[in-house]
Amino acid sequence: MSNLNNFSKGLVKENPVLVMLLGLCPTLGVSSSAVNGVGMGLATTFVLVMSNLVISIIKNLIPDKVRIPAFIVVIASFVTIVEFILEGFVPALYESLGIFIPLIVVNCIVLGRAEAFASKNTVFSSAIDGLGMGLGFTLALTVLGSIREILGAGKIFGLNLGFYPLDAEGNPIVILVFVLAPGAFIALGYLVALNMKLKDRLSKKIK
Amino acid sequence: MESTFKNMLLVLFIITFVAGFALSGVYNITKEPIAKSKMAKKIAALNTVLPEFDTVISLEAALPEEKPIELSIAIKNDDTVGYAVETYTSLGFSGNIRAMVGFEPDGTIIDVVHLEHSETPGLGDKIEKSKSSWSDQFKGKNPETFKLIVKKDGGDVDAITAATITSRAYSDAITRAYKIMKAQKGENNDE
Repeated sequence: MSNLNNFSKGLVKENPVLVMLLGLCPTLGVSSSAVNGVGMGLATTFVLVMSNLVISIIKNLIPDKVRIPAFIVVIASFVTIVEFILEGFVPALYESLGIFIPLIVVNCIVLGRAEAFASKNTVFSSAIDGLGMGLGFTLALTVLGSIREILGAGKIFGLNLGFYPLDAEGNPIVILVFVLAPGAFIALGYLVALNMKLKDRLSKKIK
Repeated sequence: MESTFKNMLLVLFIITFVAGFALSGVYNITKEPIAKSKMAKKIAALNTVLPEFDTVISLEAALPEEKPIELSIAIKNDDTVGYAVETYTSLGFSGNIRAMVGFEPDGTIIDVVHLEHSETPGLGDKIEKSKSSWSDQFKGKNPETFKLIVKKDGGDVDAITAATITSRAYSDAITRAYKIMKAQKGENNDE
């Protein structure tokens, strides 16, 4: 498989959220705004690239029976590093992502890529795979976050759009359900459907 | 690779050892910025809820049978100009709410800011100053005469529409702050 393919498959064809439906807990939890989606996505991308990289380097040294604990230690270390860095340098983002940062450890995308790809492939293609998957995750979260923010809060990346009617107190009248959990499921459902259509088109073109 | 007792033990030991080493390195680098950003947040909150001050004395105070919380006394030219209490409530709609309440020496509320909460976005999160002016209603009120209970329960607090539980919780947090401030003042006067 070419490296270009390793990278691009994470974006549409094997998008971790929209096709494999992995990592739905952080997806539904933090995608209430576009900024949160980007932040969570990039944090996860960093962890994915670094853990894929390290795991593919040490894959031949790890005895089979303890590979999962070994992977988890590597992943947890990188997540903790991300947590320290965010808390120290981007405290606002750290606060809005909250409990979901330490929970990247149990994001099945990260362990999934370590087990299914990094432990069987070369260092370079593992890093590329991590980058593609991470950016696919970021893309899905950002689109989902934007949709929810526009419909549920009348804003995009924190900027007021201003085309919603105002209520008596001057707050825009919005579809509140979209920033709450049910709205996340509704929006995700439509996104998955859209992505399937896109994937179909792409594969037809190739034929 | 074949798994034997020895190599499993050895590999896991090496991996955890290296990971621990790397983490302690990163921890040391980020320790200062983390402490700084926490401090900046606290100072920003103190500046909002207190009048101008020269120095702040922070101490811990507690109501009987409750966990201690931090109380800061603001001093300007040797006079006490205000009290700031880092209060909390466990009555929130989802989890604890932490807030900072500033009082003038006579007990009048100067301002209230939230520090941490996980209330429903769009409803309960109106306790945030950036989301709604709701918490301004506490400004300049003295809990001696202003009943810190929502109107529905017979008090003076205007509840947030569709977030009565959050409003009740916030009132509870402010009440707790007021009680602690009073208790602290009582101690000072005895001296």
